[in-house]
Amino acid sequence: MDIKLQQVSYAYAQGTPFEKRALFDIDFEIPSHTYQAIIGHTGSGKSTILQHFNALLKPTSGEVHIGDRIVVAGKKAKDLKAVRQKVGIVFQFPEHQLFEETVLKDIMFGPMNFGVSEKEAEARARELVGLVSLPEDVLEKSPFDLSGGQMRRVAIAGVLAMEPEVIVLDEPTAGLDPRGQKEIMDMFYKLHQERGLTTILVTHSMEDAARYADNIVIMHEGKNVLRGTPQDIFKDVETLKNLRLEPPRIVRFQQKIEKMINTPFSKICLTEEELATEIARVLREERAES
Amino acid sequence: MPEILSLNNVTFSYTPEEKRSRNAVENVSFSVQEGEWIAIVGHNGSGKSTIAKLMNGLLYPQQGDVRILREVLNEENLWESRSQMGMVFQNPDNQFVGATVQDDVAFALENNGVPFEEMVERVHAALEQVKMGNFLDHEPHHLSGGQKQRVAIAGALALKPKLLILDEATSMLDPQGRAEVLQTVQALRAETGLTVISITHDLEEAMLADRVLFMNDGKKFAEGSPDEIFALGDKLVEFGLDLPFAMKLSKLLQKEGVPLMGQHMTEEELVNDLWTSNFNK
Amino acid sequence: MMEKMIFGRFLPGDSPVHKLDPRSKLIFVFAFIIIVFLANNTVTYALLLAFTLLVVLVSRIRLYFLINGLKPVLFLMAFTFLLHIFMTREGAVVFEWKFITIYEEGLRQGIFISIRFLVLVFMTSILTLTTSPISITDGIEVLLNPLKAVKVPVHELALMMSISLRFIPTLMDETDKIMKAQMARGSDLSSGPIKDRIKAVVPLLVPLFVSAFKRAEDLATAMEVRGYRGGEGRTRYRKLKWDMSDTFALVLLGAMAVLLFFYRS
Repeated sequence: MDIKLQQVSYAYAQGTPFEKRALFDIDFEIPSHTYQAIIGHTGSGKSTILQHFNALLKPTSGEVHIGDRIVVAGKKAKDLKAVRQKVGIVFQFPEHQLFEETVLKDIMFGPMNFGVSEKEAEARARELVGLVSLPEDVLEKSPFDLSGGQMRRVAIAGVLAMEPEVIVLDEPTAGLDPRGQKEIMDMFYKLHQERGLTTILVTHSMEDAARYADNIVIMHEGKNVLRGTPQDIFKDVETLKNLRLEPPRIVRFQQKIEKMINTPFSKICLTEEELATEIARVLREERAES
Repeated sequence: MPEILSLNNVTFSYTPEEKRSRNAVENVSFSVQEGEWIAIVGHNGSGKSTIAKLMNGLLYPQQGDVRILREVLNEENLWESRSQMGMVFQNPDNQFVGATVQDDVAFALENNGVPFEEMVERVHAALEQVKMGNFLDHEPHHLSGGQKQRVAIAGALALKPKLLILDEATSMLDPQGRAEVLQTVQALRAETGLTVISITHDLEEAMLADRVLFMNDGKKFAEGSPDEIFALGDKLVEFGLDLPFAMKLSKLLQKEGVPLMGQHMTEEELVNDLWTSNFNK
Repeated sequence: MMEKMIFGRFLPGDSPVHKLDPRSKLIFVFAFIIIVFLANNTVTYALLLAFTLLVVLVSRIRLYFLINGLKPVLFLMAFTFLLHIFMTREGAVVFEWKFITIYEEGLRQGIFISIRFLVLVFMTSILTLTTSPISITDGIEVLLNPLKAVKVPVHELALMMSISLRFIPTLMDETDKIMKAQMARGSDLSSGPIKDRIKAVVPLLVPLFVSAFKRAEDLATAMEVRGYRGGEGRTRYRKLKWDMSDTFALVLLGAMAVLLFFYRS
């Protein structure tokens, strides 16, 4: 299921003295089964854009295509519920949405709102608990008896239980310790690869974007200023600097080495493992030459 | 150097009646001298947040004692001791009491009965120190996380304490906010020699400290300079933390057979070593 | 959601009315509500209206916001207006059509009652639009201070109010976030049978309450660590300053009261 934004603009409090434009003529596409990252500072329009992906917000001008559904500015959109099932959003600090008496009931809440039977919803919950690395006995507990990290995983399971085709992640690692961050990001990447889940990551972290994304969209003050593969984006050091963004540490380190030996590498490395292999290779070549 | 704070053989449990439950903090001792920056690191659940609460009397240990300026912390000297230390908590919103920035900074001063003229002077001075002097009448919901935390720091500084405790003060901030807060604290130390204890799982923050205390499962696993602690390498990862980028890359390079000398905590060290060991032949 | 709450919201500015001490404004509005009932004829109502519009002018508040303030009571205004139009049968006949007869007195009374609504709404709106909520709280706290002598916990009440006020925007943002998160999970507050819609309030309220309790706990801890031990021995940072313009405002109101008294029938 593709998502397309065509000339989308959005203004808060339209028609009042407090009107404020948040998005300006946004045009981009998120093809099925890809992993996209949306990067930008706080206030760049990231959160506004992600709410358009499941029609929580409707554009004040332009169109949003979500699969077959088209949401047009100004026109009333009926029955958007189906869209919400197809595009799941994991908001920042998702543990704040837990409310049920037991973890099981909370995970079942989402799918049952979309007409899934109780039996099927329960089965999904039991399966997902393992996927988010929680022990099965957690299902009978109250979500409020769990630690923050565990609560977050329950909330994520609750969104995955809806079996969306697209998943949007808004800063999924905010507030987690390093181990927690790695586990969550690896889990979503695995889901993306194993189930072909279209994944949209909204983040501050260039490092995460480099490691996981096929494509990066950079937002700045409500406009989409840069778009492309990680390699394309990180080459453009000047533009990034003007946007007060820095390429990932890996890329900056590679640039330091390239400057030191006065030779560019054959490609831009996106992970530490890749970089180490490249440096080792370049070294062997240098030594072979001398 | 006078001792500002110490924990001496402190053991604490949230459920002392349950014999089988683990102690949140087990037999922990350390001492902080004036002017030092100590980082207490550990994964969530390692006991570091409990230590923060023990340090300012929100909790009392079942065994051992906490000393502030060499006096054992107890109910009699609790309020006096608290006025010697400022604390900034994790959630920027849930410690912002005042209706505006300057009101919030004045809160601790009001509580301590500081006269009006002096309050005004101290509030302005503290906000200048954290570079929020232009935000006097701003309301909290118009501020970013980093700005709110800087206001919290100003509020803590207004009482001119000997010690500033940061309890995961950067965990909920975006990278820009985190940088703002850490820069502010560094500048403060340079200007005033403030003693800082920061509780964190962020290794960039830990690297700024003079000494690092590494907590795991309630016990003090190791104590030393950032270099010494990061030299523990894989143990850090095993206990839920992360290694600095340069260190990770260094290990990977060595695995690929690239000859390198020793440990590298910073990128500069690694770049230089690569040059001298390899490219400069 | 937050965007639509304009009624009663503070609009910063530096008009003479903005700069008045909140105490004088509170006393002014309180007294004004009482003297409104002195008016009972054309002259007195005209005086009231003129006075109110003068205050509006000096406050430099755009009429848009005041008219918005009328919206909630518009129905009531219209209702009482029509009540007088049709029920008061005195004076000359002004309009006649089939079985509808409108008398002069009915029209007069209808207009009078509408003016009364208007000036009351406008004046109280001016209070909330030109005075920040925290100033109002300060004003109320200082005015109620004498009640401490009869064991009324004035300081605690004022602190509760000021903290609540500070958190209103934060809580509204949070409500919005939780609502969106639950809508994204298929929760529907705006359509479907009533029974379902009421049930859909639970996933909104429970997280709000849980988070509010956590906030309260964190805040209490922070306050304690910052030395809060109750009102004993506390000094005040926010000071109120009563000056000539405040006295002048009340004198003006007094003069108005005299005029109304003089011209009423």
